[in-house]
Amino acid sequence: MAELDYKVVVGLEIHVHLCTKTKMFCGCALSFGEEANSRVCPVCLGMPGVLPVMNKQALEYAIMVAMALNCEIAEFTKWDRKSYYYPDLPKNYQISQYDLPLSANGFIEIPLEGGKTKRIGIIRAHLEEDAGKNVHSEANFSQVDLNRAGTPLLEIVTCPDMNSASEVRALAVELQRIVRYLGVSEGDMQKGHMRFEPNINLIITKNGAEYKTPIAEVKNLNSFRALERSVEYEVQRQLDEFAETGKTIETGNKTTRGWVDEREVTVLQRKKEEAPDYRYFPEPDLVPVKLTKEWLAEIRGHLCELPINKQIRYVTEYKLSDYDAGVLTAERFTAEFFEQSVAAGGEPKRVCNLLTQTGLKIAKERGCGVCDLGIKAESLSELSKIVESGTVSSSAAVSIFEAMVETGKEPDILAEELNLIQKSDAGELELIVEHVLADNAKAVKDVKIGGKKSKKAHGFLLGQVMQKTRGQANPKVVSEILDKKLG
Amino acid sequence: MMAKRIDEAQVRKVAKLSRLALTEAEVEEFTEQLSAILDYAEKMNELDTENVEPLAHCLPINNVFRDDCIKESLGTEKTLANAPQRDGEFFKVPKILDGSGG
Ligand SMILES: [Zn+2]
Repeated sequence: MAELDYKVVVGLEIHVHLCTKTKMFCGCALSFGEEANSRVCPVCLGMPGVLPVMNKQALEYAIMVAMALNCEIAEFTKWDRKSYYYPDLPKNYQISQYDLPLSANGFIEIPLEGGKTKRIGIIRAHLEEDAGKNVHSEANFSQVDLNRAGTPLLEIVTCPDMNSASEVRALAVELQRIVRYLGVSEGDMQKGHMRFEPNINLIITKNGAEYKTPIAEVKNLNSFRALERSVEYEVQRQLDEFAETGKTIETGNKTTRGWVDEREVTVLQRKKEEAPDYRYFPEPDLVPVKLTKEWLAEIRGHLCELPINKQIRYVTEYKLSDYDAGVLTAERFTAEFFEQSVAAGGEPKRVCNLLTQTGLKIAKERGCGVCDLGIKAESLSELSKIVESGTVSSSAAVSIFEAMVETGKEPDILAEELNLIQKSDAGELELIVEHVLADNAKAVKDVKIGGKKSKKAHGFLLGQVMQKTRGQANPKVVSEILDKKLG
Repeated sequence: MMAKRIDEAQVRKVAKLSRLALTEAEVEEFTEQLSAILDYAEKMNELDTENVEPLAHCLPINNVFRDDCIKESLGTEKTLANAPQRDGEFFKVPKILDGSGG
């Protein structure tokens, strides 16, 4: 085969459900798992003569996300009708935003391997309403459930700035982290709170000439895994297709493809010979929105430190690894709990270890967050301090942590109750060390000879002392005494 | 007679987008009618709009909101009461073959 090099180009369209109490234009409660068609009213059913009214909370949530994505917020924004016919769309149009979206021209920083970040452009973010759900039965008809119709939906369109499947995944995960931090969406994939549609093509360089493959859009992906795998699949498929047909963006059509989860392949849905004609026009039933400086300032006041900024700060300020910083900042309340513990005097790395190695494990077993374990940040800080001072060992800290969750008692009390306080009293330990040395003449000799054997023998003697004290001796103090006696 | 502002091909396209089956006679009739309507609207272009701001809505008001408070929904039985066909708690519709939704 001729020399061939290629670059992957991906842009992403993301739909996010906002976690308001009610729908975008009517007072129906948002639903998940209720009886079909129970959460609908004349407005979201598209009955004639009804009037939609905007949910102010949904608009404010959408603006918060747009601000977090560094977008320019429009001073004036309006609604448009997007017309198409589908059984899950009762009005035969979707209320959306066309020429005056509420925000545009932003960017998102996504974390990459090794603590690096990459900036991905955001073309626009606008608000719209979701459609209902078609249930495709085995029989020769379909079922329609309109409970979801009218759910506030934020559509975010990125620039084609991603160049690998892992970058696409990183963006999706980062966006989930942002909307959860802001508290504007649960971002629960299983409940369909986030849906992804990547636009993928390749720039192929062959014998010094450059070719672009036709763009494929993969519809409606609802897991990070499907998103990442579908991009990987498309890259290979487009390479194969180019080798076979030589089709380029100029000679081939843009296609829409679906993802088949069981087989992990994309399949052709339709060729876009002409762009779909949605006949957008201004929504006459809804008046426009004017956003004043004062209002925007108030909304901005609800933002918080963004997760990626926290993650970077944890590395620079607390000297944590990028991995640890990522684990701690995955969820806002874990991050805040960590910060409170550090503010209460805990040494960051030690608090981090207690949280990531023990706290998150217990929380996972109990199916809750670390901040729901009933432990105060001050108590965690205390625990880190008694490990730091050598009062208890780090393995004892795990037992104390578990007991804190069980009993709600303070770490110092538990350390005593559970007999986990390390013996650091040099006088007492010295006696034990002397006994051990007297009983192990061979090891003592080995230590004194020096070399490889010496280290091993030293470890053996330390182990003997620990055994004699049933693990309660402070190994650091014992080691010092050993060095003194043998040195 | 003025030049037609819309031709039969466009009428057929709009009808197709609107899922309307028109007879040949109707295509001809609506081509005339729609052209006449567009001619009438064209009169607007005689006005000088040089210094007029684009209008997004005919009402001179903005920012009509409601609070995020739950109101009672209809419930499944009432919702389906007027449905031409139902299947359990679902609306029953002809089988959907391709994902031509937006
Ligand atoms: Zn409703």
